[in-house]
Amino acid sequence: MNVIKVGMADLNIASSPDRIRTVGLGSCVGVALYDKITKIGGLAHIMLPSSTLNKGVLNVAKYADTAIPKLIDDMVKKGADSRRIIAKIAGGAQMFSFSSASEIMRIGPRNVEACKEALRHARIHLNCEDTGGNWGRTIEMDCSTGVLQVRSVNNGVKEF
Amino acid sequence: MTIKWNGMGEIHLDVLKEVGNIGAGNAATALSKLISRDIDMKVPHARIVHFDQITELVGGPDAVVVAILLHINGDVQGSMFFILNEASAKELVKELLPTNDQTPNFTDLEFSALQEIGNILIGSYLTSLIDFTQLNMYHSVPSLAIDMAGAIVSYGLIELSQVGDYAMVIDTSFLDGSKEVEGHFFFLPDPESLNKIFRALGVPLDECH
Repeated sequence: MNVIKVGMADLNIASSPDRIRTVGLGSCVGVALYDKITKIGGLAHIMLPSSTLNKGVLNVAKYADTAIPKLIDDMVKKGADSRRIIAKIAGGAQMFSFSSASEIMRIGPRNVEACKEALRHARIHLNCEDTGGNWGRTIEMDCSTGVLQVRSVNNGVKEF
Repeated sequence: MTIKWNGMGEIHLDVLKEVGNIGAGNAATALSKLISRDIDMKVPHARIVHFDQITELVGGPDAVVVAILLHINGDVQGSMFFILNEASAKELVKELLPTNDQTPNFTDLEFSALQEIGNILIGSYLTSLIDFTQLNMYHSVPSLAIDMAGAIVSYGLIELSQVGDYAMVIDTSFLDGSKEVEGHFFFLPDPESLNKIFRALGVPLDECH
């Protein structure tokens, strides 16, 4: 069994018995996709809601609206069936509280919304979520079962 | 706007190192006065690093750190972090609020002391930058978080992440004499602000191709 690591603004896929992990999600959102028949999983560490914000060279893994279609595409190429893929998302916290609540401060909730929108658009069922709050999360999916483990510093470990 | 990292030469990195040197030097003096101890400063680094590498400077994205964040506004915009590991933060707070408490958790009073330490240190860092560059900068009230380094630092990268996957980091760390306290300053100027700093210091990017 290997653990495949996904960095910030990065995405990757894995299959049973491997696990796929991303570390230190704050306002970023981790989108984990899973097809239980082929046991193929995908994970994206999304930083920003929309690629319309992009001003430089486009990294599709960074934005909710581009990362999710790319992840589905990569999984389908590996043999997954998009009709069976389900999603679990985690992250989207507000790590710092400032009195001036500008749009950029609300990036966590905006990321969560954008991910849900992109999933709806791709007709992927959102199975469960662990989002919001003001704490960081590390998530790991076991591709043999599709269980997503969410770890945090003060809020323990949860499994979905 | 895209940043022309290529247009940036050794001289620019040297200038930013000097910015870090002066800023953190003042902050270290302020800290030394605050806790009445000698503080040693390490030679600052100015680097262009991939997002994933920034957290490596403080122990990896999973490492639990205490971070005080302030936003910089004015001519230069960006964010500034003062980051400590938990043991260092505890040690620092003990200097200010002597206690017999051996628990690893922080009380509300200690939280607020840490916030104030961050405020003083970043304030003195910024004041020296203003003197040095003659640019107008002011900072927000501090906000404190104790969490995974990845979750914390990524917050300061939101603006930068819209133009690329790299950040200009000016990192200065310091140690107190007995090496019990290690802290890092991260100055993450927003992309448009970098050239303003260079221009103010006489080395604009455009003229160095």
